[in-house]
Amino acid sequence: MEAKPRGLKILEAVTVVLFLISLWMVFFYAPVEKVMGEVQRVFYYHVATAWVGMLGFGVALVAGIAYLRTSKRKWDIVGLAAVEISLVFFFITILMGSIWARPIWNAWWTWDPRLTTATIVELVYAAYLLLRQGIEDPDRRARFGAVYAILGFISVPLTFLSIRIFRTIHPVVIGNSDPTATGNFDMTSKMLQTFLYGLFTFSVIFATLLWHRIRLGWLADKVEQLRLKTSE
Amino acid sequence: MLFDEGPANTLNYMIAGYAVFFTAMIFYLASLLMRYRNLKQDLEVLEEIELHDEPKS
Repeated sequence: MEAKPRGLKILEAVTVVLFLISLWMVFFYAPVEKVMGEVQRVFYYHVATAWVGMLGFGVALVAGIAYLRTSKRKWDIVGLAAVEISLVFFFITILMGSIWARPIWNAWWTWDPRLTTATIVELVYAAYLLLRQGIEDPDRRARFGAVYAILGFISVPLTFLSIRIFRTIHPVVIGNSDPTATGNFDMTSKMLQTFLYGLFTFSVIFATLLWHRIRLGWLADKVEQLRLKTSE
Repeated sequence: MLFDEGPANTLNYMIAGYAVFFTAMIFYLASLLMRYRNLKQDLEVLEEIELHDEPKS
């Protein structure tokens, strides 16, 4: 395995600085929301982690299409890396949302369209990882992964649109909420800056983690190839 | 109504939310690091086996 590239080291340093600034904005720059109080600050990373989740599933979709067109192993490694990172971030989204919901909705969980579709997304991609492990042939596994990532992505826009097309309790922060939604708030300019900066920071965090996970994927691929060779 | 008078006291929920975030991130980063180390060890062992096997073939 090659030494860590200089570009990755720079990206890591930039990510740490961006993240520290983001934390400062979340806890000190953005004002306390008048009604919900401190728990509203969960919103900044709740949405940012959801954004990274959806971004990663989108990357896996593109990688899946690229693999089916070229049959190059690198696209399988990219797809797997993107799904794994997104699963982690989407899981955090769901947990943070549940913690926010407790004081606002007076319930940890409700089978609302947004929460239901988000759970479906998480389960769809968790199944992607589990099913991949059951296939030994690397080429078959990659082909399966590519097709699955393409089909699985259908659940992602459905989740994004669920609060815009169905009657729901989940608020829409940008755009018009359903009248039955609970937990809406008007963002001040400082809140909006914190929110947008968070989205940008998490996109960079995603890029850094993706690079690391791809490197890990290449290493795993090399080990697998050697194992197959030595077992022959 | 819970929120009639000023911001509600929801500090504990905020702390819980961010504790979840940091815990999950630390676990994931640790998992990346551990997998990387294990794969490196596997690679070294396999390369050694390959090196020993080569003169025979």
